[in-house]
Amino acid sequence: MSILVDAQTRLVVQGITGREGAFHATRNKAYGTQVVAGVTPGKAGQDVEGIPVFNTVADAVDETGANTAMVFVPPRFATDALFEAIESGVETIVCITEGIPAHDMMRVYTHLRRGDQTLIGPNCPGVITPGVASVGIMPTQVFAPGRVGLLSRSGTLTYQISKELAMFDIGQSTVVGIGGDPVVGSSFIDILSRFEADPDTDLVVMVGEIGGAEEEKAAEYIADNMSTPVVAYIAGFQAPPGKQMGHAGAIITGSSGTAQAKKDALEEKGVRVGTNPTEVASLVKDHLAMSINR
Amino acid sequence: MDLFEYQGKQLLAAQGIPVPAGEAAETPEEARAAAERIGGSVAIKAQVQVGGRGKAGGIKVAATPAEAEEHARAILGMDIKGHTVHRVWVEEASDIRKEYYASVTFDRGAKKPLVMLSAMGGVDIEEVAASNPDALARLHIDPLTGFQAHHARWLAYHAAIDPEAIKGVVDILQRLYAGFITLDAMLLEINPLIVNGAGEVVALDAKVTIDGNALYRHPDLAALAESVTSDAQERMAQERGVTYVKLDGDVGILGNGAGLVMSTLDVVALAGGRPANFLDAGGGSKADDVVTALEVLLSDDKVKSLLVNIFGGITRCDEVAEGLLTALDRLGATLPIVVRLDGTNEEEGRAIIRDRAPANVVVEDTMLSAARRAVELAKEAA
Repeated sequence: MSILVDAQTRLVVQGITGREGAFHATRNKAYGTQVVAGVTPGKAGQDVEGIPVFNTVADAVDETGANTAMVFVPPRFATDALFEAIESGVETIVCITEGIPAHDMMRVYTHLRRGDQTLIGPNCPGVITPGVASVGIMPTQVFAPGRVGLLSRSGTLTYQISKELAMFDIGQSTVVGIGGDPVVGSSFIDILSRFEADPDTDLVVMVGEIGGAEEEKAAEYIADNMSTPVVAYIAGFQAPPGKQMGHAGAIITGSSGTAQAKKDALEEKGVRVGTNPTEVASLVKDHLAMSINR
Repeated sequence: MDLFEYQGKQLLAAQGIPVPAGEAAETPEEARAAAERIGGSVAIKAQVQVGGRGKAGGIKVAATPAEAEEHARAILGMDIKGHTVHRVWVEEASDIRKEYYASVTFDRGAKKPLVMLSAMGGVDIEEVAASNPDALARLHIDPLTGFQAHHARWLAYHAAIDPEAIKGVVDILQRLYAGFITLDAMLLEINPLIVNGAGEVVALDAKVTIDGNALYRHPDLAALAESVTSDAQERMAQERGVTYVKLDGDVGILGNGAGLVMSTLDVVALAGGRPANFLDAGGGSKADDVVTALEVLLSDDKVKSLLVNIFGGITRCDEVAEGLLTALDRLGATLPIVVRLDGTNEEEGRAIIRDRAPANVVVEDTMLSAARRAVELAKEAA
């Protein structure tokens, strides 16, 4: 088992005829993901490497039974694409697009939360269940099948930590990039709860960074609701206050939201926090060894 | 994107929110002419994006145009907490009877707009919020149904606004929310919102932050952005579309992706070093982007060694390596450079550096060892 993405995933790619959309849809398909459709208005009837293109998401869902949508549409059209995906009824939407205005995402998020569909992102690298399916832009060679769940606000840091885990031959059940924007569809808690319910995830690595209070909320959640152990990493101890660091979300305001505040909140709830990616992998290794000995 | 007071006030005025008459001035003579046009007493206010300018002497009241010129001469060029004053705002002096606080902000925790109102404005509002939370009325707004008049009345009554000012405050709150939406703002804050001698409710200050992601639909606001970045290297980076931040150590850092860059800063500090600056080249960096990045990073002469930490996803390590060679060739940089390449095409990238790079460039296999090496080399060069 795994979470969010698996062998039953039937993917429709919105923006499939764009350069990035075509490249990554093709790569996802080559990895083993069932990429059943693409959408670009006005291009119905064409195909991208054998993936049929439709004018609307609704048409793609009707014709192919797609249950997951990936959004590769430029920011100024992405909000419309997200609403279209929600209305098509797909269970899961993964939005890769970076640069969607916060006001647009507030409206999308509020609408989404009135139903029971799942949105991952925006501004995220996607979701991969190693060896089974990849939906997004992650470099698949970094990941291997295993029993550690990984969730992160940062793409490249996700790869770094997976690489460190690989040094100890530790693979992943599913890897989820939740995205770095101030408004993302799924929070740490949303994904932690899925890993907690997944019988094939023995341990979870949560990778946070400065800004917001999601890591602090996750600390409370872990203490109250999780039996699966969690190891955390927080980036940004040396980040200057009040500077924007590429992710609109990574803004510190005042004292709350600092890396130290997040580390303290997690450790107070018994979550081990690694000081660098290498140490995170060692902590995971120790944890797994302990649970085997028990 | 944070705006200056004078820019923010003009945006509030465009929403129909009363603000005192005023004009921006960049020279003492312009300030004098502005004071003559406005007439009567005027306030000369330093335009800097930092709090506490009043205490620092950045706000002065002038009774005559000649005095306005004199005050402007003193304030222009003044340094307020590291910010140089390039502009003053000259506005009609206000007769302040009451000071309130009003704001609409984007609450990232709730993922909704938050409207706040207090009858205890004009002081440190964070202090009021901490010591007397009931004095700050707060209301989250559903972004799909919007802000209604009853929300404004609820806030006004719960903030204990004086009865005679309620009508004016309710009107301003509705305009403030409308402005928040229209402008794609992350923050619209008025502190203080005053009641003047004539009983009118007027915005005496304005803090406005616009969502940078939404600037494509506000070309007029995008033009304002040019006037807000002062550091030459930061402006250079902005023009080239990369994130660059200057710090005060001696190890320069180039990475890709905000999370990995922040992690690199931390690892350099753990290795006993201090970052001089960092640049996030972002995803999908090509050789040209690397050349640009090095130009920006090395234009800071405090950099004694450079750490290049790349994890290739969309970014290809061989592209990065080629870019490094081109940049070194063009810039003739001789400082020590430690390169760590992982991910897509890592072997090709490392081979390019090992075979063709000058002797001042070394390759390390892990992020940790690369950070340690860069810190050692910076110390040797210092």
